[in-house]
Amino acid sequence: MDLTDEPDDTEVVVRTDALTKTYAGRRAVDAVDLTVRRGEIYGFLGPNGAGKTTTLRMLLGLVRPTGGSARVLGGHPGTPEVTHRLGALIEGPGFYPYLSGRANLETLARYRGLPHSAVADALARVGLTDRAGDKFRSYSLGMKQRLGVAAALLGDPELIVLDEPTNGLDPAGMADMRALVVALARDGHTILLSSHLLAEVEEICDRVGIIAGGRLRAESTVAELRGTSRLRIVATPTERAVATAQRLAGRAAVDVDLGDPAAPAVRIDVPAERTPELVAALVADGAAIHDVRRTERTLAEVFFEMTGSAEPEPTDLLEAAR
Amino acid sequence: MSTTTALPSARYGVARAWRAETFRLRRWTAVWVLAAAWLLLDALFTFVFNWVSYASGSTNFSNQGESKADLLASILPGALAENLPQGMPLFGGALMMVLGAIIAGNGYGWGTWKTVFTQGPSRTSTVLGSILATMTAVLALLVVTIALDVAFSLVIAGAESQSVHLPTAAAMGKSILAALMVMEMWALAGYLLGTVARNPAVSIGLGLVWNMVIENLLRGVGNSLHAVAVLTHFLPGTSAGSLVGRLAGIDPVNATPGVFDTLGTARAVVTVAIYLAAFPVLAGWVLRRRDVA
Repeated sequence: MDLTDEPDDTEVVVRTDALTKTYAGRRAVDAVDLTVRRGEIYGFLGPNGAGKTTTLRMLLGLVRPTGGSARVLGGHPGTPEVTHRLGALIEGPGFYPYLSGRANLETLARYRGLPHSAVADALARVGLTDRAGDKFRSYSLGMKQRLGVAAALLGDPELIVLDEPTNGLDPAGMADMRALVVALARDGHTILLSSHLLAEVEEICDRVGIIAGGRLRAESTVAELRGTSRLRIVATPTERAVATAQRLAGRAAVDVDLGDPAAPAVRIDVPAERTPELVAALVADGAAIHDVRRTERTLAEVFFEMTGSAEPEPTDLLEAAR
Repeated sequence: MSTTTALPSARYGVARAWRAETFRLRRWTAVWVLAAAWLLLDALFTFVFNWVSYASGSTNFSNQGESKADLLASILPGALAENLPQGMPLFGGALMMVLGAIIAGNGYGWGTWKTVFTQGPSRTSTVLGSILATMTAVLALLVVTIALDVAFSLVIAGAESQSVHLPTAAAMGKSILAALMVMEMWALAGYLLGTVARNPAVSIGLGLVWNMVIENLLRGVGNSLHAVAVLTHFLPGTSAGSLVGRLAGIDPVNATPGVFDTLGTARAVVTVAIYLAAFPVLAGWVLRRRDVA
C-alpha cells in the first residue's frame, strides 16, 4: 500500500477523532486526528509539553479524554480486548524497585497469563539477560529503559507503544534500540514511537506526526514532510542562467542565493530527475556550470518550522549536554 | 508473529492479577518486616512478658491486680480464644493499615499502576486482584499468628506442668472471625488511604494518627459530650474494639488497649462488615475512574 493513500479500516491500528484532553481549562491535547497503520513505524514528534505523552496515555486508557474519541486495534482504549494485544513503555519504566528485572517481568507475565519462557525471550531481546537477576533499583537509567522495552515486548503484542525508548541509553544502546524497533516492524508489529530525537525518527520511521501546543501540525511520510529536493546550481553569467531556469521550471521555482557574492547560486525547485535536462539547457544557452548540488530539508528543519521553535545553536546544545 | 494470549475473561483477569500481586508481595521485604513486627508484638505482650512476670512474681502495667494463678491461666491454651484478637484492634490494626497503604500507595510513586493497567486484565479486575492479594496476605498472617499463639501456650503449659484445656470450637471460631474481620478491615482502610493519597507516607501518617490518637481523643471527649459519644459508635476503631471484646468474650477492664464493650455484638459485626465492604469498593471506584499519570 502507498503510505500516502487513505487506508481502509482493516489497515488502521490507531485512529483518533478530535481527541482532546483539558486540564483546568488548558487544552493539553486539542482535537488531534492521527492514524497509525498496520505494520508501520509511526514517529510521534513534538517539543516538551506538546501533548505527546498525554495523547499516548489516552490511547492506552490511562487517561480519559475530555472530548473526541480513539480506536485502538479496533476497540476502546484501556479495555482488555485492546490492552492484551499491545505493549507499552510510557514516560519512563514503572517497576517494583525491590524485585529483580526478571521478577518484575515475571509479575507482568502473570498479569498476561504468559509462560515463563516469554520472560526469558523478552530479556534476551533487549540484551538484559546477564543482569536480569539484579534488583531493579540497582539498574542504570539505560538498563531501566531496556527493561521497560522488554516489558512492552512481553507476549509479542501486535501494537508496541514506546515513549522515548532511547532515553538514558548510550550511543551503542541507542543504535541497538533502533535496530530492535526496525526488526520488530519487519516481523509485522506496528510501532508507535514517541521521540524527541529527530534524526532517529527520520532514520527509522515510515510516517510521522508532529504535535505542538496540543495540536497535530502535520502527519505524513518523512519524505513528503521534507518536500521536494532543490537543485542548487552555480553558473555564470547568472542572468543567463536565471533566464534559462525560469523558462524551464517556471518563474516561481527559481531564486538567486547571494550568500557568496563572488559565486551567486541559482536555486531551482524541481524534482531531482530533471537535473540532466536543466544542466543541458544551461550549457546550451551558453552558461558555464561551476557546481551542481541537490539540497533537501531535514526533518529537523521541518519540525522547527512547524512547532515554531528555534533550531538550537550548536553552542546551546553543548551547554545542554553539560 | 505474535504469541499474544487469548483474551482473559473478567474472572481470569482477577485470578491473573491476584497471582501476580501475591507473587510480588511474597518477595517484598517490607511485607515480611510488618509481619515480623506484628508476630513479635503478639509474642511479647501476650505471652513473654506475662510469663516472665508469673515466673519472677513481678507485676507490669497489664497484669496489676491479677493473682499468680490468673496470670498463668491467661497464657495457657484455655485462654487462646481471648488472647488471639486482643492486640488487633489497635496495634495489629495499625500494622495492617500500614501494609494496605504501602501496597496501594507505592504504585503511584513507582509508576507501577500505569504498568499493570496496560497488561490485559481490566482495571476493575486488576484492582480486585490487588485487593484480594492484600487480604490473602492478612489471612496468611492470621494463620501464622494462630499457630504461634498455640505453640507458645502449649510450651508454657508444658513448662509449667499444666494440663492442656483447649477453648471450645465455637469460642475459637468466634475469636478467629473477630480477628480476621478486624485485621482485614484495617488493611483495607490502609489500602483506601494509600489510593486516595496516591502516596504511602501521607496515608500511613494519616492512618496512624487516626487509629492511635484521634479516635481515642474522640472517645475521651465523648465521655462529656453525648453527640460525640454517639459519633464514636460508628467509627472503625470503636467498632473493631467492640467486635473483639464481644466475640472473644473479653472483659474490657483487663483487656489490651483498643478492646471495648461499647457496642453490642450484632451492631459491632454489622458496622465492621460495612467497613469491610465499603473500603475496597471505594478504593476500586477511585482507581477505576482516576487518570493514571
